[in-house]
Amino acid sequence: MNVLVCIKRVPDASGEVTLTPDGLSVDGRYSGWTMSAHEEAAVELAVQLADASDGSVTVLTLGTQDAVEQLRSALSVGASDGVLIEADNPDQYGPTDIAAAIADVVRAREAAGTAYDVILLGNDAADTGDFQVGIRLAYALDRPVVTGVQTGSLAGDRAELHAEGATGTDVYDVALPLVATVLEGGVSPRYPSVMGRMKAKKAPVETVAAPADPMGSGRVALSVPPAPDSTVTILGEGPGAAPALVATLRELGVLR
Amino acid sequence: MSTLVVIEVEDGRVELVSRETLTFARAFEAPVAALVLSATVPDGVLADCAEQGVEVVYALSGAPAAYAPAAWATATEAALAASGADTVLAGGTPRGLEVLAHVAARRAVRMAANVTSVVAEGPLRVVRQVVGGAALEEMELPDALRVVAVAGHAVEAVPAAIPGAAALTSLDAPASEADLRAVVARVQERAGGDASALANASVVVGAGRGAGGPDGFASVDALAARLGGVVGVSRVVTSLGWRPHHEQVGQTGSRISPDVYLPCGISGAIQHWAGCQSSKVIIAVNTDPDAPMVTKATYAVIGDMHEVLPAVLTELG
Repeated sequence: MNVLVCIKRVPDASGEVTLTPDGLSVDGRYSGWTMSAHEEAAVELAVQLADASDGSVTVLTLGTQDAVEQLRSALSVGASDGVLIEADNPDQYGPTDIAAAIADVVRAREAAGTAYDVILLGNDAADTGDFQVGIRLAYALDRPVVTGVQTGSLAGDRAELHAEGATGTDVYDVALPLVATVLEGGVSPRYPSVMGRMKAKKAPVETVAAPADPMGSGRVALSVPPAPDSTVTILGEGPGAAPALVATLRELGVLR
Repeated sequence: MSTLVVIEVEDGRVELVSRETLTFARAFEAPVAALVLSATVPDGVLADCAEQGVEVVYALSGAPAAYAPAAWATATEAALAASGADTVLAGGTPRGLEVLAHVAARRAVRMAANVTSVVAEGPLRVVRQVVGGAALEEMELPDALRVVAVAGHAVEAVPAAIPGAAALTSLDAPASEADLRAVVARVQERAGGDASALANASVVVGAGRGAGGPDGFASVDALAARLGGVVGVSRVVTSLGWRPHHEQVGQTGSRISPDVYLPCGISGAIQHWAGCQSSKVIIAVNTDPDAPMVTKATYAVIGDMHEVLPAVLTELG
């Protein structure tokens, strides 16, 4: 059974965030680039589902040629082939555009004989945090969709998907084909082996052009709020500060 | 025109982030209606809606007992038709976001997630958090239906100056076959863990890499229990498998807004800050006086959590 997993090249935001001169994008030249955390989990789940059903994983992204780096990263941990939907300025593509572009690839591959019974995406991208591409893709393909999935398994033409709910694990039993968005925390992304890295270098990546004239994301401007000046009161150092900390808790009224 | 808010229920009341969203909705200066995302509508929910100035409370008649996101999108569309609302809001919870995204996909309109404020009307412009809260985006929603998910704890829930009628109105919106393709078949109760307890806790004791390993949480657990609080952890802790994911605070975990947050051994990367910045008071315990969590805190103790916390527990008796 074939699994398609969709990922996104995003700036590594663990350090300081800077903007491009036009103020419309995050400048990743200094911070470096990575894949969204939820998508690392989606790739791992895709590989697990494909391995259990003697299938293969195709990894897809919409971006510039630079995004091939993230495709290779997924190819090094178990995906077999990649698709780059090439866009010169991916920030001009909003969630509706991206979902439509992915749906086009899915239909084209299906017409060519490769059907994807399971399509996985991250729950939300680390940069734009839109929470909607997976659901829009499901509507574009007329498939059921489950969000926030952490683990899953396949049985015949159905999938059991586990999502984190408020009080426990929500268990979905859904017919294939389906779309699911993955939340990190359920599966542990594997590290690439030397063999995996070698294989990734040679794995085929098909490039298709992104649809022209995207409707856009609605972004008008970006800004980075200035860090407020520190106003911290140091209560002391080491265990000797315990009385001051407890006194503070008492003042705040949290001691029972 | 009016504004529709999809609200969630917890323990017979309107859940905190939903109450915040009702407060946010009043900024649109139009009558507010609410759709209750629950099979039943307890009296406490009507009282909370009235306090928040809600005029009409829609309840789905014959709502499926099991949660089905697409079925609730159908109910939301029916409530939009009944209320004539041009704006639909929900709290930025997994279910709020999910139901709104279904509605936006069906209507082929934009949806803004993680919204913190409204900048302008006609066309609507909102500010929302992106890059885990490290940057803010101004976004335009030019469509006839505006779909907005409000970031948890972006505003404080405050009662309306004039209470609303909160008139309970039954809504008939049967789910289609397609709506029921993805339904929660069963819920596996989590042993000793409730993610909503963290989001709603008034005291949270946090722990990060400084805990040192899965066995490093004894004093953190003890302090949380002593203060009647809940334990929250940083992403590295859940990534390393030291604690379960539902305890994670941050961009990819829960957003908290306690009266007091005590992050111990947490450096305070932006990923974590995105989830804890609404805490009213932060008391950090960290060996590094220059750690972002220390410089952003209200109070701090510079020291090793494994030495400081036992001393605090002794002091508390």
